[in-house]
Amino acid sequence: MTLLKSREAILALAILLLLALIATRFPGFVAPANLARVLTDTSPLILLALGQMAVILTKCIDLSIAANLALCGMIAALMNGAGVPLPLILLAVIALGAVLGAVNGLLVWKLGIPSIVVTLGTMTIYRGTIFLLTGGAWINAHQMSAGFKAFPRMMIAGLPVMTWIALAIVAAVAILMTRTALGRAFYAVGGNPHAAVYAGISVGRTQFLAFVLAGALAGLTGYLWVARYAVAYVDIAGGFELDVVAACVIGGIAIAGGSGSVAGCVMGALFLGIIKNALPVVGISPFWQMAISGAAILIAIAFNATSQRERGRIILKQAVHRT
Amino acid sequence: MTSATGRRIPDRLTTPAARALKSWEALLLVVAVAIFVLNSLASPYFLDPWNLSDASFNFTEKAMIAFAMAMLIIAGEIDLSVGAIIALASTVMGAAAAAGAGTPVLVALGLATGLACGAFNGMLVARFGLPSIVVTIGTMSLFRGISYIVLGDGAYTAYPASFAWFGQGYVWWVITVELVIFALAALAFGILLHRTNFGRMVYAIGNNATAARFSGIRVEKIRFILFLLTGLMSGIAAICLTSRLGSTRPSIASGFELEVVTIVVLGGVSILGGSGSILGVALAALVMGLVTFGLGLLNVPGIVMSIIVGLLLIAVIALPRLWTMLSRR
Repeated sequence: MTLLKSREAILALAILLLLALIATRFPGFVAPANLARVLTDTSPLILLALGQMAVILTKCIDLSIAANLALCGMIAALMNGAGVPLPLILLAVIALGAVLGAVNGLLVWKLGIPSIVVTLGTMTIYRGTIFLLTGGAWINAHQMSAGFKAFPRMMIAGLPVMTWIALAIVAAVAILMTRTALGRAFYAVGGNPHAAVYAGISVGRTQFLAFVLAGALAGLTGYLWVARYAVAYVDIAGGFELDVVAACVIGGIAIAGGSGSVAGCVMGALFLGIIKNALPVVGISPFWQMAISGAAILIAIAFNATSQRERGRIILKQAVHRT
Repeated sequence: MTSATGRRIPDRLTTPAARALKSWEALLLVVAVAIFVLNSLASPYFLDPWNLSDASFNFTEKAMIAFAMAMLIIAGEIDLSVGAIIALASTVMGAAAAAGAGTPVLVALGLATGLACGAFNGMLVARFGLPSIVVTIGTMSLFRGISYIVLGDGAYTAYPASFAWFGQGYVWWVITVELVIFALAALAFGILLHRTNFGRMVYAIGNNATAARFSGIRVEKIRFILFLLTGLMSGIAAICLTSRLGSTRPSIASGFELEVVTIVVLGGVSILGGSGSILGVALAALVMGLVTFGLGLLNVPGIVMSIIVGLLLIAVIALPRLWTMLSRR
């Protein structure tokens, strides 16, 4: 536990250091109003990273999360075009996202297919489905109703609704992870699947529920994304799944499952969000972002691996894998 | 080694003929022939030798990497950065060509970049013991990210005329240079995996890395070499692809990793490691090539084909498992 605490402390320190570094080049970046803007801009990443965290905790990975977002976002835009009221759209995208996540989860649970293969496949299937629905057409700002676009930007107490939603879900997931049986089951399944079975936890069912949670969050984010940027097309959030995995890995979610915290996950997302927003203001080409997040992933996993290496456990994990 | 783990290591060398007929490879061959016949019935343009020769570009570059990836997956690892390695190798070659380098230098640089990327992956996985999935997700965005830093939204197009030979040249009649490289790679990897000590060690590691280590196999060294080989084959594929397209953009070969993994899995290689054959992978490449070419002739758009590839990937793994689940009941 002290190790966990220290890892998050190090990450918090790294973020403060990063902000200080940016402030020397461009002091306006650390003004509260701008930091709030960065938080808003990072909200989609935080939401998806929370879902991905649940999946990774159970020893799985969801690469279809961005495609799920794109498909749900397109459905939201199409429903809006058909005149469906906003609350119904919100319910529909969350449900659809959950169903898409459930497809991944069922394939992992019932057929025992490795999650990386399942989600590599559904990633292209979900994104391809957008093309089948629209024929590749874009839905632009003028085709969306004003209420549809305004909701995520509506200001409440100085922050837009999108940010409030992200904050509320951070709180909800934190409670889920630390105060509920399901949350503890995520950790138990990833930490030691055999022990979890003996404790009466179904490994497959828990993984399935993690995928459903990740899917539902992706669905919700799909609407927020499309409404905020006021455009929907096949390639929105293309490659975003890598940023999401990066946020989790930087946040100290162990890729072998069973360890990681909501605070770390959120900080991992914020770390990437700050870099993304800071690059243009300090005069570095945005094309650097991809390489930086790649390097950040590698540094983070190397760091996490050296702080938790246990020879005996590695052998045990291999044995678990083969059965 | 053989007495302890022999039961679990599928030994394809001594498979009886009767079992070979019922094997995954035989099934793939039947599927390939069926697709071939169906396609030639569906479109009058299919059986033209020049068309078929053009169609081979659909799979040759990916299949080259798939052979190395198959060995990597058999050993229980995976490399998702292959598309990004191609992008980086292509960018390095483009930069050299823009500086006036000749074809031999470009080829050397392409191969060297591939090897360097493979060595980087291999070092992180074998030396530091990091999980290959995350390592290669990281290097996937690092390698392609470097291409984006160098190129931005620009492109390299100034390649020397003689460089076009690799992707556009013909060895004899309709036999392209790439097809020859594909065949040579299939042969080389087939011998390496099925006729050498090294190949047996790869199976042993994939079945039980701990047991392999106890029986004196240098697991880390072999994992490193496998990543190196995958990098090398990605470098060769980068040369072919760059030469064929005659231009380099940072988005070159995006999504290759999905198709390469699909070919490997379709070829009967277990995604959990420990079993599979090069013949299966070669046949799977052929099947994928024929399917995409046939769909292309029927004017099916690329993104719909990628749906089909995704469905194929899941179905190929799901159906046998579903079958055993249902038959057990």
